[in-house]
Amino acid sequence: MIKVYVSSVIEAPADAVWAEIRDFNGLPKWTPFVVDSRIEGGLSADTVGCVRNFRLKDGGGIREQLLALSDYDFQCTYSILESPMGVDNYVATLKLTPVTDGNRTFAEWWAEFDCAPEREGELAQSIGQGVFQAGFDALKGMFRR
Amino acid sequence: MIRVTRSAVIDAPIERVWDVLRDFNSHTAWHPVVAESEIEGGEPSDQVGCVRRFTLRDGNRIREQLLALSDRDHSSTYCILDATLPIRRYVATVQLKRVTDGERTFWHWQSTFDAPPGRERELADLVGTGVYEGGFNGLRAYLRTPRHASSRAASASGSGGAAAGSAMAAQGVVVSAFGGPDVLRHQAWPARPPGPGEVRIRQTAVGVNYIDVYVRAGLYRLIEPPALLGMEAAGVVVDTGPDVVHLLPGDRVAYACVPPGAYVSVRTMPAEHVVVLPDDVDDETAAAVMLKGMTAACLLHRTHRVRAGETVLVHAAAGGVGLYLCQWARALGARVLGTVSGEDKARLARDNGCELPIISRDYRFARAVQDATSGRGVDVIYDGLGRAAADENLQALALCGHWVSYGQATGPLAPISAEALSAKSVTLSRPVIFHYTAERAALNEIAQADLRGAARRGVASGAAAPVSARERRGGTSRPRGASDERAARCSSRDDMLASPRLRSSLDDEPAVRLKEPRADVPQGPALPDQFVAEALALQHQQPGQESERL
Repeated sequence: MIKVYVSSVIEAPADAVWAEIRDFNGLPKWTPFVVDSRIEGGLSADTVGCVRNFRLKDGGGIREQLLALSDYDFQCTYSILESPMGVDNYVATLKLTPVTDGNRTFAEWWAEFDCAPEREGELAQSIGQGVFQAGFDALKGMFRR
Repeated sequence: MIRVTRSAVIDAPIERVWDVLRDFNSHTAWHPVVAESEIEGGEPSDQVGCVRRFTLRDGNRIREQLLALSDRDHSSTYCILDATLPIRRYVATVQLKRVTDGERTFWHWQSTFDAPPGRERELADLVGTGVYEGGFNGLRAYLRTPRHASSRAASASGSGGAAAGSAMAAQGVVVSAFGGPDVLRHQAWPARPPGPGEVRIRQTAVGVNYIDVYVRAGLYRLIEPPALLGMEAAGVVVDTGPDVVHLLPGDRVAYACVPPGAYVSVRTMPAEHVVVLPDDVDDETAAAVMLKGMTAACLLHRTHRVRAGETVLVHAAAGGVGLYLCQWARALGARVLGTVSGEDKARLARDNGCELPIISRDYRFARAVQDATSGRGVDVIYDGLGRAAADENLQALALCGHWVSYGQATGPLAPISAEALSAKSVTLSRPVIFHYTAERAALNEIAQADLRGAARRGVASGAAAPVSARERRGGTSRPRGASDERAARCSSRDDMLASPRLRSSLDDEPAVRLKEPRADVPQGPALPDQFVAEALALQHQQPGQESERL
């Protein structure tokens, strides 16, 4: 089991940032690497247990299930059901915390998963930087003051 | 219930921020509203359960207790115990998180508490704005100051100035061969630069102990001549080698440890034995109290935990360790009996907490102890006598008593049968101080307890306390000039031994006695509290007579 953790500071109030990312079906709106996404079975995107099925820019398809969503904690947790990444037991959490000093947002995104030992470095890099940090950078761009 | 949350981003790596915040007593350094603060009981400021007592600049006083501290999570939780502010049930948590894109730190500070009706907003504002937001800005400013910006490791490794890398000239008292005082030589003994884990100390005061005589005579094989004598000293750090993280050049420090080597003006030694001195303990006091005080601290708190209401028998109650034991055991609420060799010693012991000093020159004290305890005996005996007192010790103990044999002034204990102990379910301990202080944390705890005690005794009881020779002599002999200059003027051995660097710790007039060393040192067996002539004077005994004493 390895853990990847990325955090950042976004120059916008936490509720504004949360409004963008709480939509479990909204990855195409704010990330640069998701082309399209839909929620399976006609559930709403904030139904815990719903599955999002999305396609990456490079063509790969991923299915992820929403495990927890908290508007109180500005936090959501999800797992990967299917992906071409070669990871098992992948559970990730995205969490926002208000920074009262400057009315900004402290954003954290972390994942724990199993993989072949020789791929740990590569996956930590591609997930940590290619997904999480890229997502934060996109949010920073959206909220640049 | 009121909940106050504030958070901020600090432009510094989490390690640097946490290094400051994890110290529960650091807030005087960085928080603008905190005036003075101390950790009660001298506990380490990162010990869960410790209490900080502090004053705010507006005059309010607060006591807070550390409830949780996690270096893994970079978080600490604490509560208010007492405050002159009307805040009740206050529990706060500081949580740091790493901002991975950039060398920054997210700081989350949250608390819950109750306040009197109508004052909620005022107090929430005080906590949130005055304490938390003020703290954010205070820490930012603190981290920008040059003193803090230059990290500890950097300043330590780059320290030493011109001295770094080369040996420093120094003078020492060297045992040229095992034997009497005539084997001592005053000579140059350069101090090499500190290696990994080592520190070099410019010593300002050296403690003198009876054990130095044993070492010089070769009875304790702690050195191979030629070598320096001396177990304890105080001074100032000159420089440190790699891997030393608890000392900085300029720190006032002290130590007591094996191997010997303290009779020297500059010493290079393992840093692990060295503790930083509190401001209110002067160098001479520290050099005098380290070994004897830590010995007493171990005996009273670790070997046997003396409790209020217990009855304690201290042999050689007016001796170096004996006086500590009397004072400290009394302070712990014990009833203290003692043995001494004469009237003057009895007075000294009594002045230091010994309720009944038993005057005996032939180690017959059990009867007097039984009489004083209505036939019950004592709960614990602190025995520095050894062989000659063994039988009487067993008679003087209560059922299930504890015989703590920490010295052997009359000779090593003869073998004791387990049956002899079972007659009263006696516990026999044979503690050695350096085993108790082998671990750094234990050393710190014991040394700080000792030094705090010394500071308090020095203030509270002055002359009666075995704090330092200077005080005992009425402050007549301040340390004289630089050692090298002094050494150059030393011509006779007596003069050399009276050097201010060899500050005696427990005799009344060592310098005088040094001039007439044999005048009143007993020829035959004697109680060890006839340390009267103390180690320095004893250095002048002939080996034959000395072993007779042993």
